[in-house]
Amino acid sequence: MGKFRDGGKKEVPAISTSSLPDVVYMLLFFFMVSTTMKEVDLKVNVNVPMASEIKKLEKKSLVSYIYIGKPKDKFAKAYGTEPRIQLNDQFADVKDIADYIESERQQKDEKEVPLMTTSLKVDEDAKMGIVTDVKQELRKVSALKINYSTKKGTRRY
Amino acid sequence: MARKTPDIPSASLADTAFMMLIFFLVSTTMDTDAGISRMLPPPVPKEEINDDQKIKERNVYVVLINKNDQLMVEGEPMHISELKKKAKEFIENPADDPNLPEKTIKEVPFFGDYPVSKQVISLQNDRGTSYGLYVQVQDELAAAYNELRNELAQRKWGKRYDDLDKDQQDAIKKIYPQAISEAEPKNYGGKK
Repeated sequence: MGKFRDGGKKEVPAISTSSLPDVVYMLLFFFMVSTTMKEVDLKVNVNVPMASEIKKLEKKSLVSYIYIGKPKDKFAKAYGTEPRIQLNDQFADVKDIADYIESERQQKDEKEVPLMTTSLKVDEDAKMGIVTDVKQELRKVSALKINYSTKKGTRRY
Repeated sequence: MARKTPDIPSASLADTAFMMLIFFLVSTTMDTDAGISRMLPPPVPKEEINDDQKIKERNVYVVLINKNDQLMVEGEPMHISELKKKAKEFIENPADDPNLPEKTIKEVPFFGDYPVSKQVISLQNDRGTSYGLYVQVQDELAAAYNELRNELAQRKWGKRYDDLDKDQQDAIKKIYPQAISEAEPKNYGGKK
């Protein structure tokens, strides 16, 4: 026996790391392709409700977002704890929505304007009052395609 | 003789790649956006607002949600878990009940003459209703329509509604058009 153990203390060769960059690049490309840039820094807490009959939003470039929820703790002092609207990176009022939609439209091609969707990301504890106000404002500027953003899941009653 | 150019050291390549990887991990999100899509009604000029009294009462399924998140459907309190079943019964009206929506014979591709019910679901909520419940109700009603469409697709073609081609889907949509109407907002529940 001992046939394979041909004597001598050979050093264990170092593991080659030359393929490490390749592996990392592969991961990198995966993440670059499969993710999207964060749209905004959220200043309100949004915990969207669950629903089962949902559709995926297509054409992300044509979607404008409206966030409604309670201001995060660090803004609570300045903005209170009632649900507020956030557009782009700041708190806004209902009357700012028309301007926001208008500026979103100007960035897009004219042909694409009718296809634009407004995604409402609203906290499930928010009241319908504020949501109704937003919807009325959207109707006024004829931004009629809306999407109530929800998570996929079964509902609890 | 040309001198051999020395190899560019590639030891730091991994580090750069890692750095970019970490940058992308931090600055991007993966969540796909999904939700319930709805069309808002176009704005109406003030003088033309007239509550749609012309639709017969038997054709309208009234769903009210109050500020305490309680449901009232066709004048009766109801729990949300029953809503889908009841809404399906209303939309389909299988036994031609005179209290449920009337039907008109329409010509539908693939189906020939088919009785289509004239149903409309009217959804009214208070300013104090929570958004969570509102979405649940919307979801239940959408589920009622989707299940009916699925059942019809199964009967006719033995396939799920989503697997049909566009013409077939349109035909089914004609038989079960999704008619959820939201009333102009009113403020019932006291303060905003």
